[in-house]
Amino acid sequence: MTPRRQRMMLIGLVLVGVVVSATLALRAFQENLVYFFSPTQVAGGEAPERAFRLGGMVVEKSVQREPGSLTVHFVLTDFANTVPVSYTGLLPDLFREGQGIVAIGQLQGETFVADEVLAKHDENYMPPEVAEAVAKARGAETQ
Amino acid sequence: MIPELGQFALALALCLALIQATLPLLGAARGRADWMALARPAAAGQFVFVAIAFGVLEYGFLTDDFSIEFVALHSNSALPAFYKFTAAWGGHEGSMLFWIAILAIWTMAVAAFSRSQPDEFVSRVLGVLGIVSAGIIAFALLTSNPFVRLTPAAFDGNDLNPLLQDPGMIFHPPMLYLGYVGMSVPFAFAVAALLTGRLDKNWAKWTRPWTVAAWVFLTIGITLGSWWAYYELGWGGWWFWDPVENSSFMPWLMATALLHSLAVTERRGIFKSWTVLLAIGAFSLSLLGTFLTRSGVIISVHAFASDPTRGLFILAILGLICGGALLLYAMRARYLEAEGGFKLVSREAFLMANNILFVIATGAVLWGTLNPLIIDALGLGKISVGVPWFNIMFLLPMLPLATLLGVGMHTAWKQMAAEPLLHRLRWPAAIAVVAGIALPLAIFGTTSVLTAVAVTIGIWVCASAALDPVRKLISRTGGPLTRAQLGMCLAHFGVGVFILGATVASAYNLEFDTSARPGDRIQAGGYEFVFRGLRTANGANFVADEGEFELRKGDDLIAVLTPQKRVYRVQQTPMTEAAINTNLARDIFVALGEPLGDNAWSLRIQVKPLIGFLWLGSALMALGGLLAVTDRRYRLIRQEQAATNAAAQQTIGAA
Repeated sequence: MTPRRQRMMLIGLVLVGVVVSATLALRAFQENLVYFFSPTQVAGGEAPERAFRLGGMVVEKSVQREPGSLTVHFVLTDFANTVPVSYTGLLPDLFREGQGIVAIGQLQGETFVADEVLAKHDENYMPPEVAEAVAKARGAETQ
Repeated sequence: MIPELGQFALALALCLALIQATLPLLGAARGRADWMALARPAAAGQFVFVAIAFGVLEYGFLTDDFSIEFVALHSNSALPAFYKFTAAWGGHEGSMLFWIAILAIWTMAVAAFSRSQPDEFVSRVLGVLGIVSAGIIAFALLTSNPFVRLTPAAFDGNDLNPLLQDPGMIFHPPMLYLGYVGMSVPFAFAVAALLTGRLDKNWAKWTRPWTVAAWVFLTIGITLGSWWAYYELGWGGWWFWDPVENSSFMPWLMATALLHSLAVTERRGIFKSWTVLLAIGAFSLSLLGTFLTRSGVIISVHAFASDPTRGLFILAILGLICGGALLLYAMRARYLEAEGGFKLVSREAFLMANNILFVIATGAVLWGTLNPLIIDALGLGKISVGVPWFNIMFLLPMLPLATLLGVGMHTAWKQMAAEPLLHRLRWPAAIAVVAGIALPLAIFGTTSVLTAVAVTIGIWVCASAALDPVRKLISRTGGPLTRAQLGMCLAHFGVGVFILGATVASAYNLEFDTSARPGDRIQAGGYEFVFRGLRTANGANFVADEGEFELRKGDDLIAVLTPQKRVYRVQQTPMTEAAINTNLARDIFVALGEPLGDNAWSLRIQVKPLIGFLWLGSALMALGGLLAVTDRRYRLIRQEQAATNAAAQQTIGAA
């Protein structure tokens, strides 16, 4: 082979490699995306079977502990619809009734089983997704 | 009256920054020495006024001046004094002023240590730094003024976010900012060199110590942040691929690539245009990080503000500065021709692989960080990227990179025959493979393919980094290693230590949540935890429930651990303060959850083997960088030049 053809071969191989690895990376990316859904979307049957993020306000007086275990049940709302959630483990410091939170997990029947509960920041804070979901649900009500 | 003085000082600093950003650059272009001579005084004046502004803000914090809105929002009279001091950068406005102050410090350092360099070049460097500074000061004054008054003044302050009331917070932001903002120096050098049209080995030699210095600070800053997250955010993780973490990590990755590329440019005078691109890229990513954390597009402990004009303003600065630099690069790139070649087995080839792999890793992190923001901005839904994706996309380029590192260190410049290389490295390689498979099995009883591979690579990197220093020690032939060489070996050894820590701490992490009552005994990982009871512990501005746990192994009492659940009085926010027992081999971590009723508490217990290696490895990397900066040849440039300057002075005096 002439040096020129060799170089073209090399460039070709590198290009193929780049395209293949980029495709694989993007596919893996798609599979690792976690989507956000609001209680209204869940009630409308829009939520997928795989893991997603659910956000809303913890309904007052809905938090119940199973005696003798770390399992907690509570209800999330966007003030239009509600979803019951169960979670086993330690809750974050800022988890409390009336607080906006995000839970990551899967639907099992009607109940959302969370692997992780996120509640960060100060008492006035609402996760932006939750704030938007609440605003949307309120908007739908008034129409 | 005093806060207004601060604002006035900042406005004066802006005026001086504008002078620094214009006249020296014009002077360099037109060859007017009097305009160029303004660069240093303008930088010094700017430094003084920025220091006054920052001092005024600190004075407001230390004297509890709650008529300043920023102080009222981020401090409280009961806050311990040193947290009052650090609260100055605990919110958006103050942290921008802090950014400006750090840039002023770097600018002063460049002005002071560049006496050996041609005036034309220095005025351009300082001019570029002036442009950056003017942009950020204007941003602070127009959108984020920390001196805004609150009328009527608050009776007491809103207190600092409890998460930030921690010794780690004293050092994490300054170090991170020194690194982040320090990337402006190699950027300014690169732009100045593009303007001059002279990118030679000398340029690389001047740029290199500045880049290494900024990189050292960035390394320390990121490590402190990770360490802080580990013990303070409460739940024992050390890296979350959180957008805010990523925004400091991307400049680090790029800066690391830049360091290595600069080595080639300094030694061989090649890779020039690539090096320039990396310098522009590293600073662009720093500015992007500032945009991400300060614009409110990301919500986290770091993101204080969500005012859209701020985001747009930073985006405009980012576009102007980086866009301008890239445009200049595009116009000048064809002058940056390479003058030498190299073979496949050569130091250059390995460093090229290093650069490519670092850039791939940066690209992956950038993609994963920006993609959700773009999708959200387009209204296509709210998504987040799973941690596993980041882990895989980061490991894929990094594992080969670490493997090649061991070989590259021992490869000669230009070309080398494969045989002596293989001969030299056969023992470290053999030791790494055997130990990488056997050690985890022997110590922990189980292993996996990924663990064995990663441990092998970690030991391989350590062994190949230690090879030269150890040989020198034994044979005592030839001269001693220079500080730069020793620094390189030490930093690479740190990389190996870090890989071992990250691998073992993730693979053999023992973690579980449980509930316990006083008197209960819990067994975990060969240790016994005895829950002795709870008591109340009070701090200056919080009340806490404090658990008392005996940590036992067999019959020995190792330590008494006292994790706390604090409630900070002003904001009434609860905070978990984990108790950690540390030695080099493992960390034992106990955190209190919450009362479950009936005297029981939920607990999280973790046994993390080798997690200390993470911080140790990072510290070694930083130390290696520090050694390299103090290498003789950088001091020599200055001394030689000082001598010529002195000679010049004498002739002038004689005349």
